[in-house]
Amino acid sequence: MTRIELTRSLFVKNTLKSRYPQLAVFIVMLAGYIFAVLAGIIGTPVGSRNFSIVFVWIAWWAILILVAVPFFGRGWCAVCPIPLPGEWLQRGAVLNPPEKKPKWLNLRWPKAMRNIWMQNISFLLLALFSSVLLTTPSVTGIVLAAMLFAAIGLSMIFERRAFCRYLCPVGGFIGLYSQTAPIELRIKEKQVCVSCVGKPCYNGSDSGYGCPWDVFPGGLTRNTYCGLCMECIRTCPHDNIAVNLRPFSADLAKPSARMDEAFKSFIMLGSAMIYAGVLLGPWGALKDAAYNLGTGAWFFYAVVFLGIIFIVMPFLFALCLSRFENFNAFKKRFAALSTALIPLGLMFWVAFSLSFVLANATYILASLSDPLGLGWNLFGTANVAWQPMLTSVLAPAQTLALVGGLVWSARTAQKAANEVKVSSIPVILYCFMITLVMFWLLL
Amino acid sequence: MKRPELLSRILITAAVLGAIGSPLLFRARTPLIHARIAENGGWNPDVIQADVGEPLHLRLTSDDVVHGFAVGQMDMQSVDVLPGKVTDLTLTFDKPGIYTFFCTRWCGLNHWRMRGTIEVGDSSSDPQPVTPPLYVSLGLDIDAPHNAPIIPAQKPSAIRGEQLATNLPIYHFIETYRSHSPYQVFEELNNSALTESQRWDVVAFIWQSNTTAESLANGRELYAQNCAACHGENGAGDGVFADDLKAAGEASAQNMAGADDMTMQTPANFTDPTRMLGASPALLQGKILRGGMGTGMPMWGVIFTEEQIRDLIAFLYSFQFDYSK
Repeated sequence: MTRIELTRSLFVKNTLKSRYPQLAVFIVMLAGYIFAVLAGIIGTPVGSRNFSIVFVWIAWWAILILVAVPFFGRGWCAVCPIPLPGEWLQRGAVLNPPEKKPKWLNLRWPKAMRNIWMQNISFLLLALFSSVLLTTPSVTGIVLAAMLFAAIGLSMIFERRAFCRYLCPVGGFIGLYSQTAPIELRIKEKQVCVSCVGKPCYNGSDSGYGCPWDVFPGGLTRNTYCGLCMECIRTCPHDNIAVNLRPFSADLAKPSARMDEAFKSFIMLGSAMIYAGVLLGPWGALKDAAYNLGTGAWFFYAVVFLGIIFIVMPFLFALCLSRFENFNAFKKRFAALSTALIPLGLMFWVAFSLSFVLANATYILASLSDPLGLGWNLFGTANVAWQPMLTSVLAPAQTLALVGGLVWSARTAQKAANEVKVSSIPVILYCFMITLVMFWLLL
Repeated sequence: MKRPELLSRILITAAVLGAIGSPLLFRARTPLIHARIAENGGWNPDVIQADVGEPLHLRLTSDDVVHGFAVGQMDMQSVDVLPGKVTDLTLTFDKPGIYTFFCTRWCGLNHWRMRGTIEVGDSSSDPQPVTPPLYVSLGLDIDAPHNAPIIPAQKPSAIRGEQLATNLPIYHFIETYRSHSPYQVFEELNNSALTESQRWDVVAFIWQSNTTAESLANGRELYAQNCAACHGENGAGDGVFADDLKAAGEASAQNMAGADDMTMQTPANFTDPTRMLGASPALLQGKILRGGMGTGMPMWGVIFTEEQIRDLIAFLYSFQFDYSK
């Protein structure tokens, strides 16, 4: 497949190689993040008027799901502030080369947990509490702070970015969907890596740190676990790392075969549908159940939520696999075919997010001028009236996203089915059915 | 340490301190009065200091639903306090004293508990002499039932009463209106030649003669704003909060003072002739001034002026009497 190497441009390469542009973005992001924590905790408890809710769950989420993930894959991870304090402490430096002797425990992450199940769980935990989390500034502030401290704690105990790689609730799906993005970081020549002595891209050198994501760039075949932190560009002594522009969903041609990732697909599809029902649907009792944490209704909601994601959707999907000869072959086919759900899941989230992002975008202007809801008017936009944006294009855009997602998934299903030598038709039918449900929920 | 490393550490520290410090600083420099439903704390702060003749600037915000703000016994338009927005307000007090501010939006079951005080000037220096309200000088027990043993068969009509009253020395009753219940006046008319229903009509006329159309209209407005939430728009004790009050009363009765308290939580029904025709204006004034003491009925003495209470009482009787011309 054709690829355009962006790092051929000297400007791009030097910008990525230098630590300063990234550091500048990091500082702004970290300050914004800490500001959001403070705003959530001490600002107005009215969500639509609080920086933490408006900037995290409307502005950041819109950028993440509508721009960063579809076009840049793990582009967000490249500038995310959450791991930074921990990482700087772990290294004992911001820019200086790493010390030879590790400052902290520097343990390896336990082998049994080298998968994204923890991320599946952390996402679901937030998802089950989301109606409170997404609307209550203090809860958002506390959760943001907790993630920052969790990342610091894990950096003290484990090597590299254990939080990003194994615990971050959003990192899991960003990784899954980054496979569809038209950007990738790859090596240029395999042979160069094979003969490279010391593998500084993984082990670090005076010019940079060993891969924070615990990935050996020489073996990269898909975007899932590459955080685009650009360390390997800095450390590679042979200038063998490239950032490429490539066709969309290039990674999905060769399906992955991991159950944790397969279930991530179901989690994301299922939660997009349930959110659409809870947040955009007309069912008051459902909203109440989702909001009243700890009540019987909420437990029932949680059981249904988990039941749909872990039982109903995977079971129906398993029915599409036509035959069952032995468990291992079945598992492999299940995971391989689930790659077909990746583009669909992304587009479900795009379609769902469009509705609340466009509806609430005007809050961003108001919150910019009065981030804590204290009656300030920093930029003269504090009194911008709430007004849904682009209402006329919302439904067509959502339709386009869902239909596009379905077509994209169907094509992915054909490729995946080809790999494991089964018919793709049941999987396409499955995608078609759940797309219909999503249509009904959204439009 | 190399210079870039040092510089970046300084920059990061400055950015982090700025991100922590700026919201704390701005919050500290923006004192706001926060409104929350009473269950979550009501007004915060709920005591405000002010000086006589000095403009008092208030910045109000709501942390939950729409509230309203007004100061009792003061000629001011109430303002809305919206969630997450700030309402600016300037008040000037002519006289020292302790003023009560209160919520003017039906924000929740305990809406009426949302009150605070503004202490103007030095309130300890020579308190104004107060005349005790009529119910005190009459020695009325406003918590005891004052039911009318006889009630009219149909709604008494002031217009019919006017024709009948021409032969009666009704000016006497006008003077005693405030201290007498309709039933007492009805009883005092028993030596006249009138039938029972005619006597009730005369009572209706006397009550109407003691008020004006303007006073009734003002009372109607006050009632709609402040009373109808519990007592109902039509006075039947069935306002939007009535059911919740009853439920709250029943819940408290199960673990507190016993079943007798349950009825206390039910808002009074002004369409009930037994209750209303046995109640004198002095009694109603007492109930409004002092409130229900442990029931849901708030104390209005600090909020309504004497004229407002008079208008309100006049309006309350219109649930019993037909004042139409």
